[in-house]
Amino acid sequence: MHTSVATFALEGVDSRQVAVEVDVRRGLPTFTVVGLPDAAVREARERVRAAVLNSGLDFPLSRVTANLAPADIRKSGPSFDLALAIGVLAASGQVPADAARDCAVCGELSLGGALRPIRGALAMAAGARAAGISRLVVPVQNGEEASLVEGVRILPVPNLAAMAALLRGECDPEPPRRRPPAPRPPGPDLSDVRGQADARRALEIAAAGGHSLLLVGPPGAGKTMLARRLPGILPEPGFDEAMEITRIRSVAGLGDGSLALDRPFRAPHHTISASGLVGGGSVPRPGELTLAHRGVLFLDEMAEFSRHALEALREPLEAGRVSVTRGQRTLDFPARVMLVGACNDCPCGRREGTCQCAAVDLARYSRRLSGPVLDRIDLVCRLDPAPPPSDGHEPPGEATDAVRGRVAAARELQSARLRGAAHCNSEMDPRTTYRTVRVEPRAFRALASSPGFASLTGRGHDRVLRVARTIADLEGCHQVSGDHIQEAIGFRVSRSLEMV
Amino acid sequence: MSQACSSCLGRSQLIGELAPAIDTALERRPALGAEVLGLDDSALRSAFGSVQESRGMERATVTGVEAVCRHSKRFPQALLELEARGLDTPAAIFVAGGLDRLENVLDGPAVTIVGGRKASGYALDTAYGLGRSLAAAGITVISGLALGVDAAAHRGALDGGGSPLAVVASGADVAYPRTNRALRDRVVEEGVVISEMPPGSPAFRWAFPARNRIMAALGAMTIVVECRARSGSLITVRCAEKLQRVVGAVPGRIDSRLAEGSNGLIREGVQVITGASAVLDELFGVEMGPDGPRGAAIELDPTLGEVLDLAVAGSSPSAIGAELDLAPGRVRAMLGELELRGLIARDRLGGWSLRQQ
Repeated sequence: MHTSVATFALEGVDSRQVAVEVDVRRGLPTFTVVGLPDAAVREARERVRAAVLNSGLDFPLSRVTANLAPADIRKSGPSFDLALAIGVLAASGQVPADAARDCAVCGELSLGGALRPIRGALAMAAGARAAGISRLVVPVQNGEEASLVEGVRILPVPNLAAMAALLRGECDPEPPRRRPPAPRPPGPDLSDVRGQADARRALEIAAAGGHSLLLVGPPGAGKTMLARRLPGILPEPGFDEAMEITRIRSVAGLGDGSLALDRPFRAPHHTISASGLVGGGSVPRPGELTLAHRGVLFLDEMAEFSRHALEALREPLEAGRVSVTRGQRTLDFPARVMLVGACNDCPCGRREGTCQCAAVDLARYSRRLSGPVLDRIDLVCRLDPAPPPSDGHEPPGEATDAVRGRVAAARELQSARLRGAAHCNSEMDPRTTYRTVRVEPRAFRALASSPGFASLTGRGHDRVLRVARTIADLEGCHQVSGDHIQEAIGFRVSRSLEMV
Repeated sequence: MSQACSSCLGRSQLIGELAPAIDTALERRPALGAEVLGLDDSALRSAFGSVQESRGMERATVTGVEAVCRHSKRFPQALLELEARGLDTPAAIFVAGGLDRLENVLDGPAVTIVGGRKASGYALDTAYGLGRSLAAAGITVISGLALGVDAAAHRGALDGGGSPLAVVASGADVAYPRTNRALRDRVVEEGVVISEMPPGSPAFRWAFPARNRIMAALGAMTIVVECRARSGSLITVRCAEKLQRVVGAVPGRIDSRLAEGSNGLIREGVQVITGASAVLDELFGVEMGPDGPRGAAIELDPTLGEVLDLAVAGSSPSAIGAELDLAPGRVRAMLGELELRGLIARDRLGGWSLRQQ
């Protein structure tokens, strides 16, 4: 006798429906799993056997064959355990064979029969809705997360025995309870930063338009301190953004089972590999870039990252997504991040006065950044050396809340203007930039005739216009004025005048 | 009314027709080009093969090119000095961009900027900066529209709002080298391109040293930005010395072969050019300009001037804002304006330096 149970396999940050077919017939007692299972799936045989027996159920002393269809995609991870167990129970007549018909199940089993939480419950629930499956069984710990998807009834189950009871119609699990959203956790506050008026301005513009930012300065100037305060001044993620963040966290096993209310801040160490940064592996997993989606990717000591890793960032930063190709399949990971880099003035980090770096070392240092990354940076800001210790009487800097208010207002102007064409100014493509950035005609003529303007390349030109648009948004202006453009130019990455 | 008499045009035509033969004959020593032009018509013919009597001026009257001969009042008087100093005055010159403009351009002071085709980035920056600042100060910039220093000087002069004068070795209507076509068109638009070769003439090797004497004669001063030990720029310098014009050179790296020629000039004792102000000092006296005492080269609003001074002195934007009581965004806007106006340049990691003025 054979049965089929629906479940889901993770594929990038999406899920794909998989049918677990189990056949039980007379023969030597064996348990075989076919259909491209990886080691964790093959080991499921032992977990399933023990869990079934420890839940007071029988494991048939027969020839058991399980097939994971479609058989051409690789299945990995332990989330197929529950489907296998139910397939065995149904095929051996211990639960009604058609009980699991309009229902998909996901979950890892412990030897005692309890269900363990899985990665990617949100992605699986979304997959279930897309596939038109009305009920999804998940481990209780994943119930809240899965129930974020509307239109699928989530059945949280604590263990295999309860699952069997559910299938026999003996009990009906309560829908998962959603915890009330916790207040936004207080992060580090901008008022801790003393001085650095210029860098604060750069941070505010970057936050308001989602622009990438490079902070340059001697060690101890507060580059990291400023960068860590950036998520605090970004507007809270909307529901769609929060769902994207939650889904990625869940797939990476970093979620806490509820809707993400904070934007991610990822600060990988500079020894990270290219695939660690953008994602990869034989079963592709999201990299730091994707984990920072809708948040901040902070690359401290940016010049120390391997060239290969920085090079790998280029295309995804422009496209807003990473494509990882493994074997015949290509997976897309979302990657809309605010890139914040930090680096020293020079390799020894003591540029003013005491630096002993040779000119060649300095040139090499700035060249490491040049090609791959500076092209993608909208604003550069050099920090002042750390101010002398305070006597405690000087007024604290402006607090995070005040800055966030201005940033949120600027973002509202943007979304009203862009109407979905882009999330924020930094995501505008050249056409949208051209269409939406209106420069006062008089200011534009004055600019176009100035000698420095001619040296802007096409891409640099658009970059300046996008940043200028954000500065105008911060001031609530509908037209971009000459001052806005000049400020954008003041912050831009400059290159020496290009001549024949 | 034509500004060129038929005998002078005939002479130009003859040179144009003999040019390929001269090129072959001078293949090994193109530097003799200027001297060849000193020969009279019959000597030229006997030396480089006879062509029939001039076929008239059908080639000399190309659209947009005007001719002016030495017998015209509108002929640049500076070129007549060539003959007085033992060099050859061209019989006629051909002007693209208008004879009126040529007169205008040569009405005020003019400076010739020359240098190598292959030049260091420093030399290109310097040539550009000199060209722009001198043009902005109302001085005509003369150069040869070659690659490298010449092109940078012309670009600077155009960006400085001046009307540059280009003396070319090909016909005045010919874009040579082709990569400079857009630049040449800009020069014709804003200034003039002149040549002693008849219109349509390609650029022969011997014609470059020959045109150098014209560049030297038209400028009150000749500045070598950077050149190698054996360079056409040095021919310009020798002509300028014969004409008793002031000669200057920009100091280059002592270990750079690219600057061997120009540094050699400095050793000989020519003027050391450390910026546009050095040129103005030399031409008009210390702190003087074409129209009397010179103020700041470029008028700046006082706050902008203070921001410029502080930025160049190494103050950070935050410090400038604190010093002048400006909002951080305002400081950046002013720095952006200064950069746009070409007064400061930034290094990649965000510091500022004063641009060559």
